[in-house]
Amino acid sequence: MIAAGHPDVKTARRPREGGRRFPLHWIGALPFLLYVALFLLLPTVIVVVGAFAGKDGPTLSNITDLNQQFVLNAFVSSLLISTASALVGAVAGALLAYAVATGNPRGVLRRVVSSACGVLAQFGGVTLAFAFIATIGSVGFIRLWLQDRGIDIYSNGVWLTELPGLVLVYTYFQIPLMVLVFLPALDGIRPQWREATESLGGGTWHYWRYVAGPLLAPAFLGATLLLFANAFSAYATAAALISQGNPIVPIAISNFLTSETGRNNPGLAQALALGMVLIVAIVMTLYALLQRRTSRWLR
Amino acid sequence: MTSAVAAAGLGTATRAGVEVRLENLRRRYAGVTALDGLSLTMAPGELVALLGPSGCGKTTALRLVAGLEQADSGRVVVGGEDVTGQPTNKRDVGMVFQAYSLFPHMTAWQNVAFGLQMRKVGASQRRQRAGEMLELVGLGGFANRFAHQLSGGQQQRVALARALAIQPKVLLLDEPLSALDAKVRARLRDEIRRVQLEVGITTLFVTHDQEEALAIADRVGVMQSGRLEQLGPPTTIYSRPATPFVAEFVGLTNRLAGVVRGGDVEVRGTRLPLVQPDAADGPAVALVRPEAVTFANNEDTGPGPLVGTVIATAFLGATSRVTVDLGDVTILAQLPTSEASAHPAGTRVRLALRPDPVLIARDEAAAGRA
Ligand SMILES: Nc1ncnc2c1ncn2[C@@H]1O[C@H](COP(=O)(O)OP(=O)(O)OP(=O)(O)O)[C@@H](O)[C@H]1O
Ligand SMILES: [Mg+2]
Repeated sequence: MIAAGHPDVKTARRPREGGRRFPLHWIGALPFLLYVALFLLLPTVIVVVGAFAGKDGPTLSNITDLNQQFVLNAFVSSLLISTASALVGAVAGALLAYAVATGNPRGVLRRVVSSACGVLAQFGGVTLAFAFIATIGSVGFIRLWLQDRGIDIYSNGVWLTELPGLVLVYTYFQIPLMVLVFLPALDGIRPQWREATESLGGGTWHYWRYVAGPLLAPAFLGATLLLFANAFSAYATAAALISQGNPIVPIAISNFLTSETGRNNPGLAQALALGMVLIVAIVMTLYALLQRRTSRWLR
Repeated sequence: MTSAVAAAGLGTATRAGVEVRLENLRRRYAGVTALDGLSLTMAPGELVALLGPSGCGKTTALRLVAGLEQADSGRVVVGGEDVTGQPTNKRDVGMVFQAYSLFPHMTAWQNVAFGLQMRKVGASQRRQRAGEMLELVGLGGFANRFAHQLSGGQQQRVALARALAIQPKVLLLDEPLSALDAKVRARLRDEIRRVQLEVGITTLFVTHDQEEALAIADRVGVMQSGRLEQLGPPTTIYSRPATPFVAEFVGLTNRLAGVVRGGDVEVRGTRLPLVQPDAADGPAVALVRPEAVTFANNEDTGPGPLVGTVIATAFLGATSRVTVDLGDVTILAQLPTSEASAHPAGTRVRLALRPDPVLIARDEAAAGRA
């Protein structure tokens, strides 16, 4: 592309300066690329290098250390929470998005839901955890109110600070995120497709089975993967909510980096981080593939 | 054609068209009367074009026939059977939409075969039939393309093949050409007509383009405000418009002030016969077609009511449209190009009005300008 005056390159015409030209259109993207390099690539490199670094040169011991029961438990917990909250969020979010998409395009429902989702999808961390603790925590006012009426939501222990609680809390930002990423796909579905199906003799079942279903499936799966990655990498909410015992991976990493009880192990922390990077990388690759498929159809 | 295909009733052999009747259809949307008692009977195999300005109810009429909307009152009768209450998927209608109606995740042949799949036709017959239909619309080599790999015109051909593949009783087209550019539009228009004649299917074609309607239809129905203003063959619609609205909507019309007297109208010193000879005497606006305006044999260009200056000439091929400024009004004349080119812009000319029967409008509202 740098070859001056290549006939196929259809950029805006610039005055000829003679000789080689510096491709100016890159300059605009430079701050962004720097940003990405600094805060995405560099940390990844540090994690990868760190995972294989020992006190005396390169080592595999950090990786082999991953094979411990509590590490595996942390990964299983993380995967469980992410999967569960992604599935719940995807289904509930898709239904909500469908209600919005089939409603009046300038109606109240759409305006309210889309702006609310824009905010709520970013809602997380200590604020979100506190919101749940204050309402349905062990001394939360809804919990107490229910208790006064003989309903004890914690008769089998305070599950809010356990994995099920985390799933519930994550759902709070997963559903809005699903609405945000799935709504464009639903909006891309044209009413003519349904009418064409009907005029060709198909009913509602045929429409979903042969037309809308196949058209939306990649977007739905892709969005579910995104939700999975979103939950998988969430840290602050979990850290604020979960006390001790079976932590999820991000909390385990944090423990190894900042432990005050002598269990500091930055090498193992980086090995854990590497595991997360790999899982997220796989998920995001699948997401990109699915996304490419739908964007071809729904233009 | 295998006997199995014939047994499934899916041969290319034409199924005789059926009569389609729209009886006094009414439809209101919150505050808007979309259809106000529309009646229309289409002969078997006939192509009727519904023509009218935006919002006059053309699409509503078509959707009522398709069953995609329900009428408040009135009936739709297809081949003698009252289908008014039937859902779309039981009606046996083929539809071609304005644009973008192909299923984007299916290839051309899969799109065409979809209706057959809904009718549980076997896979190999589906494929064969879809191939035949694509041949019919001239897209035999495009069976494996997706919609996004086809031009707009090709997509509409596939949509036509898809609609016809199920051998519907009625074919409904809602402005199928309006998303295409002019050249493709004219070609595909003729193509649709060819295929329609070949298949012999009763067809309702909705358009707001009068040229399109006149070119393609057996009969044209001109609509205004949810009613049929006039229904007739294109030549009648054009040369014998029943109302001022039709005269003005179909083709270009000169509006010239005149006076009705004794069954004639006098316009700029020329007496012209009236389409409505019983019109009351008095001042009126005469609607004169550009084709009825000619250059006078009398070359005298001294002052007169029909003497003026050519200000523009639009070349249309064999004919040209000349705009002449008569001082108080400009007038359009459509003339053989040879005559028009003899009088370039700036030339003073004397015009004559051919004594074709003309329509008169009493005022702007009556002329459909409201
Ligand atoms: N679903 C609807 N809800 C409310 N009003 C409608 C609806 N569909 C049509 N209308 C109204 O009914 C009238 C007729 O509409 P229709 O679509 O039949 O017009 P049309 O002749 O097809 O116009 P166009 O050339 O613009 O397509 C219009 O005034 C339109 O606004
Ligand atoms: Mg319309």
